[in-house]
Amino acid sequence: MTTLPESEATPRAFRRLASVPRVHGWPAQSIRFTNALRRLITYLILVLLGVIMALPFVWMVSTALKPDALVFSIPPEFFPRPWVWRNFIDALTILGHPVHLYVWNTLVIAVLGVVGVALSSSLVAFGFARLEFPGRDKLFVVVLGTMMLPFAVTMVPQFILYQRIGWLDTFLPLIVPYWFGAPFHIFLLRQFFLTIPRELDEAARIDGASNLRIYWNIILPLSRPALATVAIFAFVYHWNDLLWPLIVLSSQKNWTLALFLASFQGYMQQPRWNLLMAASTVLVLPVLILFFFTQKLFIRGIVLTGLKG
Amino acid sequence: MRQTIEGYLFISPWIIGFILFTFLPVAASFVMSFFNWRLIQAPVFVGVENYVNMFTADPLFGQSLQVTLIYVVVAVPLQLAFALFLAMLLNQRVRLLPFFRTVFYLPAVVSGVAVAVLWQWLYHPDLGLINEMLRWFGIKGPAWLVSPQWALPAIIFMSLWTVGGTMITFLAALQGIPQHLYEAAELDGAGERAKFWHITLPMLSPVIFFNLVLGIIVGFQTFTQAYIMTKGGPLNATMFYALYLYLNAFNFLKMGYASALAWVLFLIILVITIAQLKLSRRWVYYEFEEARA
Repeated sequence: MTTLPESEATPRAFRRLASVPRVHGWPAQSIRFTNALRRLITYLILVLLGVIMALPFVWMVSTALKPDALVFSIPPEFFPRPWVWRNFIDALTILGHPVHLYVWNTLVIAVLGVVGVALSSSLVAFGFARLEFPGRDKLFVVVLGTMMLPFAVTMVPQFILYQRIGWLDTFLPLIVPYWFGAPFHIFLLRQFFLTIPRELDEAARIDGASNLRIYWNIILPLSRPALATVAIFAFVYHWNDLLWPLIVLSSQKNWTLALFLASFQGYMQQPRWNLLMAASTVLVLPVLILFFFTQKLFIRGIVLTGLKG
Repeated sequence: MRQTIEGYLFISPWIIGFILFTFLPVAASFVMSFFNWRLIQAPVFVGVENYVNMFTADPLFGQSLQVTLIYVVVAVPLQLAFALFLAMLLNQRVRLLPFFRTVFYLPAVVSGVAVAVLWQWLYHPDLGLINEMLRWFGIKGPAWLVSPQWALPAIIFMSLWTVGGTMITFLAALQGIPQHLYEAAELDGAGERAKFWHITLPMLSPVIFFNLVLGIIVGFQTFTQAYIMTKGGPLNATMFYALYLYLNAFNFLKMGYASALAWVLFLIILVITIAQLKLSRRWVYYEFEEARA
């Protein structure tokens, strides 16, 4: 018996058929037919929604490949001919921006941010998951509480601090804070560490291993999936982030790809949508590829944080 | 004793980071909110003037708060409902489940500037795909982002495209509901609707609650869409609070006023979150989680 919810798609007429012999509220003779019909409707909705969800991506790539003239054709064409691959080159070069630098900058910020947040958060998470000390649980509540704090509150003082110490227009404000652990990742890793049997630590401790050793040689190797999840989430976060780089980075040579795309329209009197979409595709593609190869980790990470919250 | 020292050593990165990048900035922000500080000049103490000005001299404060509240009140429940709907569809033992799950989740991964630029193009009044599709049904679509009435609904609608993360938490929770509960209910003659209201929803309530709290916190900080797609316009119809705060701080260089705005936002989020925690005792069902732990 499937556990379908009663959806609007359930035809009311079937309920009127209600003859006396009933199974689970449905007339017995029509139950098989009804189930088949329901499955059909479920699949129809799934396919329809799937198409709708995928359509913006298709539209993005289709526009990115259009010659200028076709962008303005009404009705719009989904499959432009010819495909103008040059749009991708134009999108990255037309403004004369050093896009290769933006790629490099984004990668440097993302990779250093990821390494720092994974190392520091796992260290902190180990302390919260495995060691007993007074005030631990209260401090963990503070960790969770900071997730509630809007970035707007700390943004202005941090900006002024970095201005004073000469960090503005460098990558440091975008990287260094992440070397001190991030609440979300501490939380995620702690949840994962709690699932690792304590007997493993105890055995190592009897053999004379220190906590640092247990952390490094036992917990971390067993936590590769969780660490990968953290790395992916952090990478995507840095890759997509707009607000903080917008505030911190001013000179063009320090820009990230997100800043480049954000400024793209401003530089053109008439937005050239095919080039904009080509640039968007370039920004989106690495994340999509990353996602396709690491889907399971993404999903596990979300489940880990979402369920026991 | 050794354990205590070691424990604090392990969490010391977070403690130092918390003091440097959270506690001190929060305190500084609070102090700054009582100053008039245009960054280039020395700060001048003005007492509660910034807070008073918000309510008496700055119509954009009210406007941006209203825009953001509408967004949170409308978009967050819609997002949860849509995510739950998708999750329940996927929970029908469908074939190709990983395929559909990927398709539904994909937009959530790429959120950010690219999504905002893409939707700006989808919403283009003449050339956009959305109005083109409306034309297939003989509907003349509105001007969306350039229309004061439609710009905010457009941003709300677009937020439904990126509910994939929420959907996956719901799907995992649905799969965790023991089947015997449904079987017992069926023996008692419960229909589909009763099972949904009396089993599915209560069993999901911790996840719904988690996503509701998080969704509201994130919703209040909506920035990228407004910054990229509308710059707050037209006629400030999409002047989100976070965008207005950003403009005050980094365009008008009113650091003190921006800090006061930030504190009001913080208090609003704090009050709403605490209220939700208190109210949650009435509707969030935790017995199962406790029994399992």
